[in-house]
Amino acid sequence: MAETLLELTDVSVSFDGFYALTDLSLKLIKGEVKSIIGPNGAGKTTFLDVITGKVRPTKGTVTYRGQSLVGMSEQKISRNGIGRKFQTPRVFDNLTVLRNLELAVSPRKNALSLMLDPLPMAAKDEVHRLMSYVGLAPFAGTQAGSLSHGQKQWLAIASLVAQAPEVLLLDEPVAGLTDEETLRTAELIKSLAGDHTVVVIEHDMEFIRDLDFDVTVLHQGQLLTEGPLDEVKKDPRVIEVYLGTTED
Amino acid sequence: MELFFSQILDGLSIASVLLLAATGLAIVFGLMGVINLAHGELMMLGAYVTFVVQNLFKPLGPAIFELYYPVALILAFIITAMVGVLLERTLIRKLYGRPLETLLATWGVSLVLIQLIRSISTSMLIGILAAVAIGLIGSKFMAKKIGDKPYFTYLNGLMWAFSLGIGLIVVNSMSSVRQLSSPWFGPRNLDVSPPKWLQGSWGKIGTVELPGIRVFIILLSIFLLIGVLWFLSKSAWGLRIRAVTQNRQMSNCLGIPTDRVDSITFGLGSGLAGVAGAAITLLGSVGPNLGTAYIVSCFMVIVLGGVGNLLGTVLASIMLGIIQSVVGSGSILIVFPNLPPALKGVVEFFATTSMSLVLVFIFIIVFLQFKPNGMFPQKGRSVDA
Amino acid sequence: MKLFKRLVPWILLAIALFVLPAILSDFRLNLFGRYFALAITALAIDLIWGYTGLLSLGQGIFFALGGYAAAMYLTLNTPSQQGGNGIPKFFENFGVSELPFFWQPFNSPFLTLACLSLIPALVAGVVGYLIFRNRIKGVYFSIITQAALMVFFHFFNGQQKLINGSNGLTTNTTELYGLLVGSSDMKLWFYRLTVLLLPVAFLICRYFTTGRFGDALIAIRDDEQRFRFAGFNPVPFKTIVFIVAGGLCGVSGALYTVQTGIVSPQFMSISFSIEMVIWVAVGGRGSLVGPIIGAVLVNYLQSLVSEALPELWLFVQGGLFIFVVVLMPDGIYGWFTGGGLRSFLASFGIAQKARTYPKIDEQIESLQEVVSTTPTDSSA
Repeated sequence: MAETLLELTDVSVSFDGFYALTDLSLKLIKGEVKSIIGPNGAGKTTFLDVITGKVRPTKGTVTYRGQSLVGMSEQKISRNGIGRKFQTPRVFDNLTVLRNLELAVSPRKNALSLMLDPLPMAAKDEVHRLMSYVGLAPFAGTQAGSLSHGQKQWLAIASLVAQAPEVLLLDEPVAGLTDEETLRTAELIKSLAGDHTVVVIEHDMEFIRDLDFDVTVLHQGQLLTEGPLDEVKKDPRVIEVYLGTTED
Repeated sequence: MELFFSQILDGLSIASVLLLAATGLAIVFGLMGVINLAHGELMMLGAYVTFVVQNLFKPLGPAIFELYYPVALILAFIITAMVGVLLERTLIRKLYGRPLETLLATWGVSLVLIQLIRSISTSMLIGILAAVAIGLIGSKFMAKKIGDKPYFTYLNGLMWAFSLGIGLIVVNSMSSVRQLSSPWFGPRNLDVSPPKWLQGSWGKIGTVELPGIRVFIILLSIFLLIGVLWFLSKSAWGLRIRAVTQNRQMSNCLGIPTDRVDSITFGLGSGLAGVAGAAITLLGSVGPNLGTAYIVSCFMVIVLGGVGNLLGTVLASIMLGIIQSVVGSGSILIVFPNLPPALKGVVEFFATTSMSLVLVFIFIIVFLQFKPNGMFPQKGRSVDA
Repeated sequence: MKLFKRLVPWILLAIALFVLPAILSDFRLNLFGRYFALAITALAIDLIWGYTGLLSLGQGIFFALGGYAAAMYLTLNTPSQQGGNGIPKFFENFGVSELPFFWQPFNSPFLTLACLSLIPALVAGVVGYLIFRNRIKGVYFSIITQAALMVFFHFFNGQQKLINGSNGLTTNTTELYGLLVGSSDMKLWFYRLTVLLLPVAFLICRYFTTGRFGDALIAIRDDEQRFRFAGFNPVPFKTIVFIVAGGLCGVSGALYTVQTGIVSPQFMSISFSIEMVIWVAVGGRGSLVGPIIGAVLVNYLQSLVSEALPELWLFVQGGLFIFVVVLMPDGIYGWFTGGGLRSFLASFGIAQKARTYPKIDEQIESLQEVVSTTPTDSSA
C-alpha cells in the first residue's frame, strides 16, 4: 500500500490573532498529485509556507518521512526533497537562464563545492534537456530579468524540476500563461506524477480539469472537502464558499 | 546610593536625547525603509538655530532673554522640518525603493551640511541664491525652447554647472569685503548659555539634587513622545502615515497621497531631530561635528528597538542611556567597592564613555543572536515579502 | 582587436611599473602608490556590495587592523624606537613596562605577514557570521557594521597603554632592512609592491565572482529567500566573501600605512569607511575594473581639490555622493559599458542611434552561442 510521505496534523497558524490556518490535517501519499483550490484567503499559500519552513506553525506538527519539519531551515527542507515554486515567478534576474538552471541543478549545495567542483556532465545535460523542454533554449544567454512573465514562469518551473525534489509544491503555475503553455504545463506535471509527489495550487479550473487528479478544497484555513473535481463541484458547501454569502 | 541615583538620572537624560533623535529616525525608517545619515546633521542644524535665536534675544534685555529657549525649540522644529521636507522632495523621493543608495546620498547631504555650517557667510549665501536662481530660470527657459530635444538633459546639466560657476564667481568677488565674507559660525565650537530658570536645582528627592537641565530634557522628551503618539494615533495625517507604513500600494489605491505622507513624515522626523539638537545645546557646546557623535548611538537604539514600534525605541533608548551613564562613569566601582579583583578589572576596563559604547555594542550583538528582529518584531505575512 | 584587449592589462601594468616612476615626482608617485593601495579596498567592497549586495560601512576596521599589524612589526624591529626596557618608547609615557601579549607575534616577519590579512579576515569572519546567521541584511546590516566600526574606533582610541591610543603608530621613522621606511627609496619599493599586489587582488576577486560561486553571490543579491528555497544556505557564502574582503582590506591597509607613514584610529573613522564605498560607486560596482578606476580617480581628485581649495572638498565630495547615486547609479565604467557614451553622443547627432531591436540581436547571438560552444561559459 502507498506510504504517507508528508503529513500535517492539527496545524494552526495565527498572525497576531488572525488565523490563516485552523487545525488543518492533510496527508500526501507518495506519487500522488493533489490539486488544492479555494477562494482567496483560504490559507493556500500559508499552507505551503508551513511545509517549506517559511512560517512556523503556531500549533500542530508537520512530518516528512516521519521526520518533523517544524523549526527546520528552508534550505534544509529543500535539500530533503521538498521544492517550491512561488506565486509570482521568482528567478535570479541578473543571471542568465542557463546560469539560473545550473545553480538549481547543482547536486551539492555547499559553498566549497560551488567554489571548487565543476558541474558534472550529467547535470549539464539535464539543464539542456529542461531548457529545450520548456522552450527556453534560444534564451540560454539572456538575463532572466529581461524575460517575459510567461517565460519567467517557465524558468521558475524548470528551476524547480532541476532541483530534483521528491515533492513539488506549485503555487499558481499557470498564472499568466497562454492556453497552449497551460496545456504543456499540465502535461509536464502529469509526466512528473508517479515518481514525484505534486501539490498544485490553482485558480484556473480548466487547468485543474486537465490535470484530472483529486481536488482538495480549503476554506478559511480549514479543509472543506476532498475528491474528484466533478464530485467536489456538486458539493453544496463548495458552491456556497465560492458563490454563497452565508456565515459559518 | 545617592551617586547611583544621580547616575540613573544622568542616564535618563542621555536616554531622552537619544529618544528624541531616534524617534525621528525610527518613524522615517518605519515608513520609507530609509536610514537618513544626515539625521545627525539635522540635529546640528537645530542646535545652531538655538544659538542664533539666543543671540537675537540678547539685545532685548534680560527679562525677555529668559524666554528665548522655548522660542528656539519651536523654531528649531520648524526650520529643520522644512529642511527635511526640502530634502525629501528633491532627493529622497528620487531614490524610492533603493534604501542603500539613499543611505549614501544622505551621507553626501550630511557632508554638505557640515561644510555649509563651517563656511557659510553672507557672500556665500548670496552666491548660492544667485546660482540657484540662474539655474532655475535657465532650466525653465531651456525646457520651453528645447525641452523635447534628446540633448536637453546634457545641456541642462551643463547649464547648472555654469550657474554654479557664476555662484562661485559671485562669492569670490565679495571675498575682499570682510563683513560679507567672514563666516557666520566658523568651524569652532560655540556656547549656548541656558536661561536662568533652567540652571541650578529644581528641588530634591531625598538628598539628591534634581538638576533643572536634566529634568527639563526628560520632561521635554516625554512631552514630545506623547505628542508624536497622539499625532500618529489620533490625527488624520497620523492615520494616513500608519496606513502607508503598513501597505503603501494599497494606500495609494485608496487615494491617500503617499508622496505627501512621505514629505510630512520626513518633515516630522527631521523636526524631532531639530528639537533633539536644541536640547543638546543645554548639555554642551555646539559645533559642526555635533551630529556624528550621536548618530551611531541612534542606530544602536533602532537596531535594539526594532522597526515600526515606538515602545521598542523608548525602551532601547532608556537601556542604552543608562548603560552608558552608569557603566561609563565608573560609578559601579564606587557603589560596590568590594568587588572581586577579576570583576573589578573588567568594570574598570569599560569605565569610560567610549568603552561603555563597546560594551553596549557587544550587548547588542549578543541580544541579536536571540532576537534578530529587535525587541518587538513585526508580525504577519508582510514581514519577509 | 582581441589581441589588443588581452594586452591592455599588461600595458597598464607596465606603465604603472616603469613609466609613472620615471615621469612623476617622488611625492606624486607616493600618492599614486596610496591610491593603488586603496584600490584594493575598493575591490574588496565591490566583492561584498557590488556582487553580493551587502553594503558594509565598516571596512575601515579591517583596513586599520592590517595597518596596525604592519606598524607594530616595524615599531618592534627598529632599534631607534626601543626605550629603556627593550619595548617601544611610547609605552614609557603610559608607565607600561611589559610588552602586551598581543604584540608578541609581531616580532617575527613571517607571522606579521600572515597576521596582516588573517587577523582582519578572522575578525570579519566572526562579526560576519554572527550577523549573517540572524538573517540581518540590507540597511540593518549597514548600520550594524557602522556601529561595529565606531566600537573598534573607540577601543583603539581609548587604549593608550595597549596601542598608543589616538596618537597611532608612526612608521616613517622606522626601519626595514636597514632602510628608513620614510625614505624615497623605500617608498619606491612599496609603490612597486602595491602595483604588483593590485592585480593579485583583482585575480582573487575574479576567482570569487566568476564561475558557480560568483553566480551564487549574484543570486543572493537578487533574491536571498529564493536562494534558500533552492536548497542553499546563504550564510557560508556571505561569510566567505566577507572574510575575503576583510583580508584584502587588511593588506590594503598595510600597504597604505607604510606609504603614508602613520596608522591611527582615524583609519576607523565613520567618514573614511563611507568614502571607500563611494569610490566603488563612482567607478562602477558589479564590475572589477570599476572600483580600481573609482578609487584612483576620486582620491586623485581629492588630492587636487584639497591642495587648491581645502574647504571646498567636503562640498565636492558630498556633491559626488549625490550625483553618482542619483544620476549615475552604474558608475563611470557601467556608464561606458552600458552604452552611456553612445547615447550621449547620439543625442547630439554625432554617433549612430542604438540598434532598434537589440533584444532580437541578443537572442540571435545567444542562439549561435548555444549551438556553437559548450554551454558553461556563455556569460563570460
